[in-house]
Amino acid sequence: MEVKKIDIKGIKYDEFKDNEYLEQYAEELRKNGTNIVVTSLDKIINWGRSNSMWPFTFATSCCGIEFMSVGAARYDFARFGFEVTRNSPRQADVIIVAGTIVNKMAPVLKRLYDQMAEPKYVIAMGSCAISGGPFCNSYHVVKGVNEIIPVDVYIPGCPPKPEALLYGMMQLQRKMKLERFIFNKKR
Amino acid sequence: MEKIKELISNKLPNAIIEEGKYLTITATKEDFRTLAEIVRQNDVLCFDYLAHICGVDKDGKLGVVYFLSSSADMSKNIVLHTSTDDREHPELFTVSDLWDTANINEREIYDFFGIRFINHPDMRRFFLSKEWKGFPLRKDYADENPLSLESVEIDDHLSRLTFENNEVIEAEEKVFEDEDYVVNIGPQHPATHGVLHYRVSLDGEIIKKVDPHCGYIHRGIEKLSEGLAYPQILHFTDRLDYLSSHINRHALCMCIEKAGEIEVPLRAEYIRMIMDELTRIASHLLGWSCMCMDMGALTAFIYGMRDREKILDIFEENCGGRLITNYNVIGGVMQDIRQDFQKQVSEYIKYQREKLKEYHAIYTGNVIARGRMEGVGIFSKEQAISFGVTGPAGRASGFHCDIRKVAPYSLYDKVKFNEVLRTEGDTFARYIVRLDEIEESLNIIEQLIDGIPDGDFRNKPKPIIKLPAGEYFQRVETARGEFGVYLVSDGEKTPSRLHFRSPSMTLVSAMDTISRGEKIADFIAIGGSMDYVVPDIDR
Repeated sequence: MEVKKIDIKGIKYDEFKDNEYLEQYAEELRKNGTNIVVTSLDKIINWGRSNSMWPFTFATSCCGIEFMSVGAARYDFARFGFEVTRNSPRQADVIIVAGTIVNKMAPVLKRLYDQMAEPKYVIAMGSCAISGGPFCNSYHVVKGVNEIIPVDVYIPGCPPKPEALLYGMMQLQRKMKLERFIFNKKR
Repeated sequence: MEKIKELISNKLPNAIIEEGKYLTITATKEDFRTLAEIVRQNDVLCFDYLAHICGVDKDGKLGVVYFLSSSADMSKNIVLHTSTDDREHPELFTVSDLWDTANINEREIYDFFGIRFINHPDMRRFFLSKEWKGFPLRKDYADENPLSLESVEIDDHLSRLTFENNEVIEAEEKVFEDEDYVVNIGPQHPATHGVLHYRVSLDGEIIKKVDPHCGYIHRGIEKLSEGLAYPQILHFTDRLDYLSSHINRHALCMCIEKAGEIEVPLRAEYIRMIMDELTRIASHLLGWSCMCMDMGALTAFIYGMRDREKILDIFEENCGGRLITNYNVIGGVMQDIRQDFQKQVSEYIKYQREKLKEYHAIYTGNVIARGRMEGVGIFSKEQAISFGVTGPAGRASGFHCDIRKVAPYSLYDKVKFNEVLRTEGDTFARYIVRLDEIEESLNIIEQLIDGIPDGDFRNKPKPIIKLPAGEYFQRVETARGEFGVYLVSDGEKTPSRLHFRSPSMTLVSAMDTISRGEKIADFIAIGGSMDYVVPDIDR
């Protein structure tokens, strides 16, 4: 199985959860067969891409502080290649939606997402971004960021621990490594 | 206080004066303006600090509640009430010319209750967009606003109401002139510390006017609270000002405990206070690091976050959560502290004292940093009082406003500490007050840590808590200033109105005054020194 070859240094395949999703995803992508030459080239590109994901600093509330912690001294996500956080959506690869999205913010988020260059990814961090969280009954809160933009990885928690965010970003790396970049559209 | 009472009853015989925990005065719409003027400008005791101002919808009437203190003696408080029967076009007189902080708060009340204030200079919605239908905090509000992904143009028109010949006249004005050069800062900008939107008009690089826009993280916590039982509301307070999560929750717990006469064991009080101070240190560390990062010093950010992790470790082990601790509950704390808590904290105090010297060496003494901070963004004491700016920012201007000193709660009257006061009122003063307060907090913890008494950590109340009907205030000192809880109970198991006085909101309202005449580059540094948290403003 090709999915098993996806390598994250130091962590075995079985230690990750939700592998079924990735397997299914791989099957879908490979429906029409693969090209050997291009596949090898893709591997090189994906290796580079997945190890230099630049997140966009988009934080609305509490989860943003945890996001900052992950960027700071102890957790230091630069170790995994999420090296530089970018303040402009045009330079970022992944948007981490950290915090509640409310009705007034929704158009802004949509616009920021549209401004990002392809290929782009979305991580929904924390229960507010996933479903509205504790505020889901409110009149001014969007019930999950997937109502606005497509989400690749959901990280539960209120707020998630830094380890959880790192794990979520690694899962995104694995997803990236599966993709075929040449002759293939992402979505 | 007796003299104040006399003064009011002489001038306004119709006003209803009630004595309770606080002197409460109710006046009609017409009389209210006179009442406010008496309270603000008298020779006996001038109530120049407007702590709370919030709307209520009670018994079919729309009203406003004012909670005032005197800056000369902050323990003296007075509560004013006024209301109107008209639900179609509710109009009251503004007090924004008496207290500057009322300006932004009255806009909030208009947003939530639809009460328009006559003579208010800027009657626009504050949190919700202009197209929003209905006023959400009214009891008869029905939500009919679908989610829209269309970007909306920001409207520069504001309406101004004036009162002439017993008639309300509405006039339109513009926020910025046509020839103004307006720069947007936010809502997605790393230096606004969240999703805050400033529109700044410039003359060259000098700031002419700042117009803050909020509501990009307005979650409707106050409305949600009205449908939940008291123990269920607690977790919202953590998520208001997430950097002083523990202190916010302490405030609401104390308010409910005092109202419901629930006793808190002494051990719980000790634990709460130590955790409060640890939260304050963590918050100031983050405030310091972010301010330095905004000014270009990334090393400071890494240093501050590194030391903050030590506190978060203590939280995680004892409370279960890192940032949002969810530790206080009604009647005490959620669980007992672990055995090595004292050892951990004592070690941390020693560690942090060493590190503070390092901070001063790395940043405070830096010539470039000093040049950018000293003499920039000056805010006088009178302005601080009028704008209701408290906390480190208020104390940097010389406003004696530390609630731990002026109206001690919990065990703050039993510990010795200094209130850090400065008189310069510039960016540097705000910066240094924050670092000095870390030192004071360490002193407080040191006095408490070895004396934690044995006993229960929680006094378990009945599962359903019903508070006697009435209104309750509670104020505490968070890392950003005075945080207040105003609770109205009907005797039911849910509150009929819950309002939080947000310290960050006053900080943002003062940004216009502080930064006028400064350079646009210093605007970021001033914002960093104010250290506001945006979800605390928007609630």
